[in-house]
Amino acid sequence: MSTEVAEKPEVKKKESEALLSKRRKKLVSDPLNDDNPVTVQVLGICSALAVTTVLSPTLIMAVSVVFVIIFSNLIISLIRNLVPGRVRIIVQLAVVATLVTIVDQVLKAYFYDAWKTLTVFVGLIITNCIVMGRLEAYAMGNKPYDSVLDGLGSGLGYAWIILAVAFFRELFGAGALFGFPVFEAIGLENFRNNGLMVSPVGAFMILGIIIWVQRSVTGHVER
Amino acid sequence: MRQSNTYILIFSAILTILLGGMLSFAAIGLRPMQEKQVALDTQKKILAAVMELKPTDDVPAIYNQRIKSIVVNIKGEEVKEVDGAPVIAEAVSIGQQFKLPPEQRLFPVFQFLNQEDTSKVEAYILSVYGNGLWDKIWGYIALKSDMETIQGAIFDHAGETPGLGARITSVEVQERFKNKKIYDDLGELVAVKMLKGETGDPSIYGDNEVDGLSGATMTAVGVNKMISNYLTYYQAYLKKVGGDLKKPGPAKQYTDV
Repeated sequence: MSTEVAEKPEVKKKESEALLSKRRKKLVSDPLNDDNPVTVQVLGICSALAVTTVLSPTLIMAVSVVFVIIFSNLIISLIRNLVPGRVRIIVQLAVVATLVTIVDQVLKAYFYDAWKTLTVFVGLIITNCIVMGRLEAYAMGNKPYDSVLDGLGSGLGYAWIILAVAFFRELFGAGALFGFPVFEAIGLENFRNNGLMVSPVGAFMILGIIIWVQRSVTGHVER
Repeated sequence: MRQSNTYILIFSAILTILLGGMLSFAAIGLRPMQEKQVALDTQKKILAAVMELKPTDDVPAIYNQRIKSIVVNIKGEEVKEVDGAPVIAEAVSIGQQFKLPPEQRLFPVFQFLNQEDTSKVEAYILSVYGNGLWDKIWGYIALKSDMETIQGAIFDHAGETPGLGARITSVEVQERFKNKKIYDDLGELVAVKMLKGETGDPSIYGDNEVDGLSGATMTAVGVNKMISNYLTYYQAYLKKVGGDLKKPGPAKQYTDV
């Protein structure tokens, strides 16, 4: 009896938000399309050009970036009330750099071949504007769970764009997907690979086309 | 309070210790696995100089069966131990050795054995190391048992320009070295030279020349120097194994045109 009485005042004044409320779903879904970090905010272009020649390293890069964004958002959000305002950028940088170095070391231990081609770009995740941007704009002022969702959204927004770019580049540049020769498999023996797709220029063009298609669908206009 | 200098200093110190601790923890925990990967990669590179590897191949098994490694010095003598410690060819860091004068360096030799008769050596795989345009370049040159013909070459680099000098890692460029000779018609060690300019036509080059790299002449010069330097260092050993296999070729026919 006594427990029941004691529990009553604990009913929260404000009803707690559902684990996946509409607002929270938007945190994840917005960066996938309407507010995509690559195509709308035009951030992280450098690595979108550099790592997208073929799919498999791109996938590893995408997973690494998602991991780094989520966990740096989480850590920064947890300590947001402790971080002194004057050194907040360097604190964010330190957290991101630590996570990136750990990712780099894990890749070296378990995906050595991919690590050899990716290590330079994995290091550059530290300076990826998307990561720092989310920390400064979101994690510094929001609760941990929301920040994780925000990081997940931005990370996936980046991931699907670079995977799409890599899909077309590998398909037309090397005639393969994940190293599997697609055109040979369907009987197009003499398919000529497009050398432009292998060079960064090809990535620019595909990215441009993706932005064009996306903006004509969403009606987004730069203001 | 959160803006005071003392708070900032204490906060930064704690953060540094925590993050530094995480990093060292990760580095130490992952080190054994990383070393295994590096060793495997070395074996892959050495084997790739003489044979085509499929992704499904059991590299360590093939390596143990087919490769016999020794270490030699510049006089061609086998070095078994240095300062009482045994020398392992795979553990010789050619980059570290590069800093010593050539007379003091150790040179690993990887003998590629015949699959049926392991007393026969099919190819000699030599380590090479040098300077590219921006940073170090290195690789393996495999000589057939005639001690003259290149069976294969593998190159890698630390920082050559992607798309230009970095092309030395591509199979297409490495293939150009196949079946080239390191001696000229007169029996002089001339190594193999990558020429300036790129024609894409392999038929116009002599036995000691390969097609160049367009836009990466400096890297090509580095490759040339690296190969010719190291072949000179290995020459004593090659002579010792090959004996007088190398005979002067037929005299050149000079015709007045």
